[in-house]
Amino acid sequence: MQSTARDFKDNAHAALVDPNLQDSLAKLKVGFSERRRQAAERLPEFEALRDRARDIKNHALANLDFYLEEFERKVTALGGHVHWAPSAEDARRIIGELCRSMGARTVAKSKSMVAEEIALNEHLEALGIAPIETDLGEYIIQLRHEPPSHIIAPAVHLTKDQVADTFLEHHRKLGFTRRLTERNDLVAEARYVLRQKFLDADVGLTGANFLVAETGSSMLVTNEGNADLSNTLPRMHIVLASIEKVIPTLEDAAVLLRVLARSATGQESSAYTTLNTGPRRPGDLDGPEHYHVVILDNGRSAVLGTEMQDMLRCIRCGACMNHCPVYGAIGGHAYGWVYPGPIGAVLTPQLIGVEEAGNLPNASTFCGRCESVCPVRIPLPSLMRHWREREFERHLTPRAVRQGLALWSFLARRPRLYRRLTGLANRMLALFGRAQGRYRTLPLAGGWTRFRDFPAPPPGGTFHAQWRGRRS
Amino acid sequence: MSEARSQILDGIRRSLKRGPLSGDALKAVEARLAEPPRGPAVARAALAQPDKVALFCQWAEANNATVVRVAPAEVAAEVSAYLARNNLPAEAVIAPSPQLAGYDWSSQKMLSLRRGRGEGSDHVSITGAFAAIAETGTVVMASGPEHPVTLNLLPDTHIVVLRESDIVGGYEEVWQRLRARYGKDRMPRTVNTITGPSRTGDIEQAMELGAHGPRRMHVLVVRE
Repeated sequence: MQSTARDFKDNAHAALVDPNLQDSLAKLKVGFSERRRQAAERLPEFEALRDRARDIKNHALANLDFYLEEFERKVTALGGHVHWAPSAEDARRIIGELCRSMGARTVAKSKSMVAEEIALNEHLEALGIAPIETDLGEYIIQLRHEPPSHIIAPAVHLTKDQVADTFLEHHRKLGFTRRLTERNDLVAEARYVLRQKFLDADVGLTGANFLVAETGSSMLVTNEGNADLSNTLPRMHIVLASIEKVIPTLEDAAVLLRVLARSATGQESSAYTTLNTGPRRPGDLDGPEHYHVVILDNGRSAVLGTEMQDMLRCIRCGACMNHCPVYGAIGGHAYGWVYPGPIGAVLTPQLIGVEEAGNLPNASTFCGRCESVCPVRIPLPSLMRHWREREFERHLTPRAVRQGLALWSFLARRPRLYRRLTGLANRMLALFGRAQGRYRTLPLAGGWTRFRDFPAPPPGGTFHAQWRGRRS
Repeated sequence: MSEARSQILDGIRRSLKRGPLSGDALKAVEARLAEPPRGPAVARAALAQPDKVALFCQWAEANNATVVRVAPAEVAAEVSAYLARNNLPAEAVIAPSPQLAGYDWSSQKMLSLRRGRGEGSDHVSITGAFAAIAETGTVVMASGPEHPVTLNLLPDTHIVVLRESDIVGGYEEVWQRLRARYGKDRMPRTVNTITGPSRTGDIEQAMELGAHGPRRMHVLVVRE
């Protein structure tokens, strides 16, 4: 998908004044985070499991080549095929060829962020193959020609009424002429429309939450069952997964599953967790005849061994964005590419370049909630700070910011001057504003005072002065 | 193809500043695969068998399944009664498994059963379960000639006949059972672990049942 990450500030301004989006976000802020907290409290071992989840992913990353080869060996031994795709273009080509080999006209797709990353739908459409998104949220946004705004709840930016309008517009030609008002009716209509598409699809394409090296299995976690229909009904099942999805064993999967659903939706378990291993076996009455796994690198292997490696632990639960005050204010589309929120702010500069996505790691208050809820303990604020440093080193930061930082660093290295200037500023501010306790306007601070007052400094002088006073 | 493969694997090794694993490092990961270490023990998953059954029932119901405990002789009658209670037709597609064939279906004169895989037009399916997990109220289905995957997914109502002794504490015991039954290197094509009916939270985050899979799941826990 075409990135608009460069326009982050404009995107964010537009998001803040979009009433439908703000309604949806208001629900998000209380829903997911409260349910996660309750689920974590119900499991006394939750923090220990998070530690182990982090360790498992670190171990897998340190031995990634070994586990990928082991995974391939097991898949091949059971009659499946593994394809290696260094770039997004390679993955698109491989999947396109596989679909063509089946003479496919339609592909039933289960939600896959990696498929979004490689812009697979556009490629399939160019080949005359219709991709059909089957996850309800993905289906809704496919009808609306929108990208997902959240990695596990792609249509979270929309209200029920917007969904009702979209269904009426697109399902009218199928004979559904009544505008629906209840959620369960909307779900039932989508189920009915998509059921036939499942039965007709030639190829099923899914992502994977994990690839299990021990058994050569792809593991999928969903609530709807759409991924399972996608990997059961069509004659070919294609799994698209990036290299860091591989984990060693089923025991490791058990640990990761225990933190995944709780972190994502606050459920004890998602409704469906499925292991697929190779094509259908002799005597099976259903299941695909062909099983292919496409393993995508797309820049990830270059992150190994660097200070940014921790980002590869991500299991895509979405907890970081559910708890992010910035995401909560502007939603996912403002980030301008596939992965929004804090994890998007560290992944996107890696995947499409810091020149394009330098705004994103700056869209953080560094409050640290994302790190505090991450099931694999990714130090997201530190990683964002790394990107800010790289952006600064490469002279990509705006000139006013660079000059401000230069002035700051000049002063910060001269403590006596710093104290004298801050003391002076404190007295000036106090002189002009203490009567009201706040300022409506301030020179050089229009960006702040346009929307809110600036508080007057409390009596007692600067922090330094008060600190000295207390210690003596 | 092999060029792309080595491009990725060599790239990984270059970043990790080493060649392919060898010597002790290789032995260590091979040993870890052969004897997978378990994660932190979850107290909830380590209960005596009667408590596991109770915990399974509790979590299955919390996840919107309905559960009833029956004797083997009551299985067929309970299926008929469940269908009648819910105004469902007395018709079902049933998994062709010896376990299920062992129940007294002939006692239910009105119940019409078809053995085979699921089709888009089926309303009700009846299957066994390979195991069930007390920790989360999850049933585990292993695919094969005796258990087509479509039965778990296509019908509106899924009736699961679960033997009490197949309820285990946590995931790890399921993995052990799978390895014991199918061999460490030969998982069934599909293992579905299913916790309640299909659901979605994709419209305004409100949970709605019956997204693409069954709208209802009814579990018969069979005493032995």
